[in-house]
Amino acid sequence: MHELSLCGAIADIAARRAGDRAVEVIHLEIGQLRQVVPDSLTFCWSMLTASTALDGSVLDVERVAARLSCRACAAEFGLTDSFTFACAACGGLDVAVLAGEEFVVTALEFAPA
Amino acid sequence: MGRFHRHEDGTAHTHDEDHGHDHGDHSGYSTGSDRIDVLERIFDENDRVAGQNRADLTAAGVFAINLMSSPGAGKTTLLAETLRRLSGRTRIGVIEGDIETSLDADRLQGFGATIELVNTGNGFGGECHLDAPMVRSALTRLPLAELDLVLVENVGNLVCPAEFDIGQQARVMVYAVTEGEEKPLKYPVMFRACDLVLVNKVDILPHLDFDLAAFYANLTRVNPGVRTLEISARTGAGVDEWCAWLSERVATRVSA
Repeated sequence: MHELSLCGAIADIAARRAGDRAVEVIHLEIGQLRQVVPDSLTFCWSMLTASTALDGSVLDVERVAARLSCRACAAEFGLTDSFTFACAACGGLDVAVLAGEEFVVTALEFAPA
Repeated sequence: MGRFHRHEDGTAHTHDEDHGHDHGDHSGYSTGSDRIDVLERIFDENDRVAGQNRADLTAAGVFAINLMSSPGAGKTTLLAETLRRLSGRTRIGVIEGDIETSLDADRLQGFGATIELVNTGNGFGGECHLDAPMVRSALTRLPLAELDLVLVENVGNLVCPAEFDIGQQARVMVYAVTEGEEKPLKYPVMFRACDLVLVNKVDILPHLDFDLAAFYANLTRVNPGVRTLEISARTGAGVDEWCAWLSERVATRVSA
């Protein structure tokens, strides 16, 4: 539901970085722990950018899998689909998030001049 | 090429060894003629304003709570009961997030607290959460120097509010036992973000097929060790303990 305001923030970044060049693709990295629905993001993007300088540009989303590490036994593990934050090796509950919270504009691609 | 990472304290930033933290036009750093690296966090602007909010609250010696829940979990009833108990000894400001109406704010009048309404429907499309700039506009209208505690009632929603730092010192969630045991697994980001989970409406537990132990087991899977309190905003059960939790934090708040 908050994809519209997220698109607003992405558009601000893209417009500021692009200057007067025509943006074709905006590359994003979105972590598994971010509650962003890519289809919803894409829909909001076309709605938000219609009739602006970014009209026709597309979002390219790379999802980043969550990586966790256990502070007790130092094991590293991913998240199952049930989002259990306990250590997969020892069951410990003191767990650090190494990756999966990314939400970054990584690159812009422009139309050939 | 920069590197994004998030720290234990919740802050995050991008290291950009080649050309520092310049967020201006990077056209001179094209990796090819048609592509530039950006590496800019999408929450940067929100988090920058959240930092300003937090700094202002800290400087004024005010403790601020971001109160979140699904619609109908009992945030407003709990706030009214909280104001009834604390307003004589604690100076309280309330920021109310509501999409279109002032109904919730109206219910909180008459307890001696200062109420500021943020009608999120003014934004394009209507917002489903409070973000840091919205809270900032309300904060600047509150007499912070004359307050001890600010309670921010977020928009009723288990998804979006969890993503936006508003500059609070603690996140508290009101969860109602009518919502079902599986909610922590369905909304892990929200449950994981909280410093305290208030388990509300426990007075009607005898009438529900609700497995409290299963709920706590699910909560532990997504937020191990999180503090919980069982309350009923309707009967007042546990509300004194919640107020004591608040008062402890107000008493030990960082003061400039």
